[in-house]
Amino acid sequence: MDGNSSKITSQNTKKNWSSTVRFAGDSGDGMQLTGGRLTFEAAVSGMGLATFPDYPAEIRAPAGTTFGISSFQVRFGNGLIASSGDHADILVAMNPAALKVNINEVIPGGLIIIDTNSFNDRGIRKAGYDSNPLNDNSLSGLQVISADISNLTIEAVKEFGLGQKDGIRCRNMWTLGLILWLFSKNTKETENWLEKKFGKDNFLTKANISALKAGNVYAENTEISKDILRKVVPKVSPLPGKWRAITGSEAIAFGLATGAKHADLKMTLCSYPITPASPIMHYLANYELKNIGIYQAEDEIAACCAAIGVSYAGGLGVTSSSGPGISLKTEAIGLAVSIELPLIIINSQRAGPSTGLPTRAEQADLMQAIYGRHGEAPLVVLAPKSPSDCFNLSHQAVKIAIKYMTPVMILSDAYLSYASEPWLIPNIDEMEKFPTKFPDSIKNFQPFERNTSTLARNWIKPGTKGLEHRIGGLEKDSISGNINYDATNHSKMTKLRKEKIQNIENEFSNIDLNGSQEGDILVIGWGSTNGPISEVRELLLTEGVKIGHIQLNCLWPLSLKLKNIVNKFEYTIIVEMNNGQLYNLLRVKIAPKAKSVTQISGKPFRISYLKEKFKNIIDNGKLNEN
Amino acid sequence: MKTNQEEKQLKPNDYASDQEVRWCPGCGDYAVLNAVKRTLAEIKANKSKTVFVSGIGCSSRLPYYMSTYGFHTIHGRAPAFATGIKLTNPELDVWVITGDGDSLSIGGNHFIHVFRRNLNCQILLFNNEIYGLTKGQASPASRAGTISPSTPKGSLESPLSACELAISAGSTFVARGVDTSIKQLIPTLIEAQKHKGTSLVEIYQNCIVYNDDVFSSFTEKSSAPNRQIHLEHGKPMLFGTDNSKGLKLSSDNSKLELVDLNINKKEENKILIHDKNNKTIAYLLAQMNENTMPIALGVLYNINKPTLDTYYTDRINEHKNEISDIMEKGQTWTIQE
Repeated sequence: MDGNSSKITSQNTKKNWSSTVRFAGDSGDGMQLTGGRLTFEAAVSGMGLATFPDYPAEIRAPAGTTFGISSFQVRFGNGLIASSGDHADILVAMNPAALKVNINEVIPGGLIIIDTNSFNDRGIRKAGYDSNPLNDNSLSGLQVISADISNLTIEAVKEFGLGQKDGIRCRNMWTLGLILWLFSKNTKETENWLEKKFGKDNFLTKANISALKAGNVYAENTEISKDILRKVVPKVSPLPGKWRAITGSEAIAFGLATGAKHADLKMTLCSYPITPASPIMHYLANYELKNIGIYQAEDEIAACCAAIGVSYAGGLGVTSSSGPGISLKTEAIGLAVSIELPLIIINSQRAGPSTGLPTRAEQADLMQAIYGRHGEAPLVVLAPKSPSDCFNLSHQAVKIAIKYMTPVMILSDAYLSYASEPWLIPNIDEMEKFPTKFPDSIKNFQPFERNTSTLARNWIKPGTKGLEHRIGGLEKDSISGNINYDATNHSKMTKLRKEKIQNIENEFSNIDLNGSQEGDILVIGWGSTNGPISEVRELLLTEGVKIGHIQLNCLWPLSLKLKNIVNKFEYTIIVEMNNGQLYNLLRVKIAPKAKSVTQISGKPFRISYLKEKFKNIIDNGKLNEN
Repeated sequence: MKTNQEEKQLKPNDYASDQEVRWCPGCGDYAVLNAVKRTLAEIKANKSKTVFVSGIGCSSRLPYYMSTYGFHTIHGRAPAFATGIKLTNPELDVWVITGDGDSLSIGGNHFIHVFRRNLNCQILLFNNEIYGLTKGQASPASRAGTISPSTPKGSLESPLSACELAISAGSTFVARGVDTSIKQLIPTLIEAQKHKGTSLVEIYQNCIVYNDDVFSSFTEKSSAPNRQIHLEHGKPMLFGTDNSKGLKLSSDNSKLELVDLNINKKEENKILIHDKNNKTIAYLLAQMNENTMPIALGVLYNINKPTLDTYYTDRINEHKNEISDIMEKGQTWTIQE
């Protein structure tokens, strides 16, 4: 299972080409919106793409300061586009602070588009510059388009009655107009979109369209493109069908909702607001789907307990959060393991410890997911590798939780939550369905009697006549479920709970090995590192390196079959955004000689960084530790 | 609700499970368990539609002793589990069983929010003013000065009043009972079960091992009639042998005062008539000082408000969208064959 991006590659025979554009400005400058529009233009052209919005944790930090800068990076092209790119080919900087924060993200020789309006003494000082970067040669080696975009925009919208304050808000459209021209796109699609958004005759529509066209015409008239990078957008042919852009959060909401429908269950997502997990709750709240509701609890613990209550009563209980919230839910998750009820827990991992970097991604909650409860309390841990994979894996999580009567944790991260990619909308009627069967009578009913193959106990809904029983967190008799403190029984129950989870290995028996099937190096990653690893894989394959790549989607139970694959390669490298947590797990039984490549910066891996690390291992048999 | 009734009349003991009760001999919990079983028999509760949800502590073992559905959860969180249960199946009759440590300390947050939301369930708070199962530490309901293993020189903190807290958190039903008087407790439990919304019944319950006789000043047979007032809606607030004592509002309307009709017969017309809809009076009743005033028992407060489970169910019933339609909403593009 690869992201949809690979479906695009497989259909594509043209020479690979991609371009990365980064928009940066104050949180209120509309950079996310502008980036989103360019994304859509690329998507409609059938290109592969990946986006990376980068927000500060502050909502509206003071204007013009470096800590208030938000950015949106989009990379599109006709090759394998699995990551949002290392460096930007084009940077749009709306003020000095945006330039300062993002200047190191631009490739040498790249293009910078600058609104010069606030490059005055005050603006420069606020951004922390000693001198004006436009005049002090600090931008040498880069191509610069500088214009007083603010004033040009105000001029363009004056006739619609917009004053300076409101007029300046249209400068993101002015900038988009210019960018579209660079890529030989006309403004028609965006004009239609604006008309739909504000209404055809609305003065805001007219003003925004005027700004958009002004930017477009500016580019045409000043002929900035001649020496720069006016690129002809190539035509590519991805799989036929209806497409849309999707973020990981949307995909999780879709996947869970589809899972609940296929399980024939009422679903309630019980959550507490937390960055970056809240979008899942917002999406589900707004979809108003049949039999699906959300409940915003008083705290993280209550959210998890309510979700377990939902499952106890015969619904599908889901709770979503991020690191700090997952820590709080831990005791309740242990209860769900003990009483063996279905439960879906989503952890949109962010950088920690403690409050950490709330809007940045990290994969350091793996050990917590697998081992982070008191007692022997195994559950299933799944990790989607791309926004579209979030859909498939969430759907599968629902099936597993019910089939095996177990909590399932989905490890997403801040990057997957916000990043988007094109998604071929599936026909859900063609997917596997797994309608839940609640027994209405059982002869000689025993609450903890198990299905001999899955080891799952029966899911009995309260309200079922004749099957009244009691469950709880105290150790249970392995058959009757009555309180039992007996040593032999506790050993037996511990073993049963472990075996039940280990069995789930069979649900993931097809390990997806990409690239070479044997040879020089095997790279094992998990989660959102799929993008950069996949791109490095493709690069190295064209250079003749025999590189295999597994992006593990089931992190617990671990499949011992992995060992057979590891043995087919000279080196095994585990790549992750933590201090080597999967590496430590795999070293025990699966890949004792593996090497670990890690990064903890709150940002995705750069392709160049990974490529250098892999080459060092291939060439020297060891990592370059610098 | 007829649908929730058993077809045939069950006896109190038909609501008992086959599990041996493991409370200390002489524990007040036995009396409460007995009252609960008799209440269920009285209301002809349907066993399969009745769920007992508890937290952690001595009282929270109660679900194991019932033959209904039961869920022994984690410390302090029973109201949160109950919420999930009622959102999914509002037809279930949910009884939350909790103690003073469970609900007023570790579960304080859930305790206040369940009232605010008015989830349709009963909360039976077994208040023994001590942590029993962990061997006798002072609880948030313990009186200042309580000597315990964790407060060897006496606790420094003022106790929290469950009923006052519930009223201020927006509760729609607040009542009190004692383990020594299950004859009065049963009708209170019946009224609590009938109420649509969160019904709190605080039950003073003696811990014979760690806090014995803490309530004796008003539970001793000899003193009880003069130290307890059993409230009845629409009836004058009278108590004592021969109903010779009563309650009136102070002249500045700020608190309740005692009237001894044997001494002051003239004040008979000032005796308050209990109005369970009156929040201010309920609050004054809940906070009466036990050293100088009687303990208020029975239904202190009861009003009607829509419940969370009804709101939620109505909302979900309005949801008509199909996931396949939602997926195709917004900006899409089609790639032709």
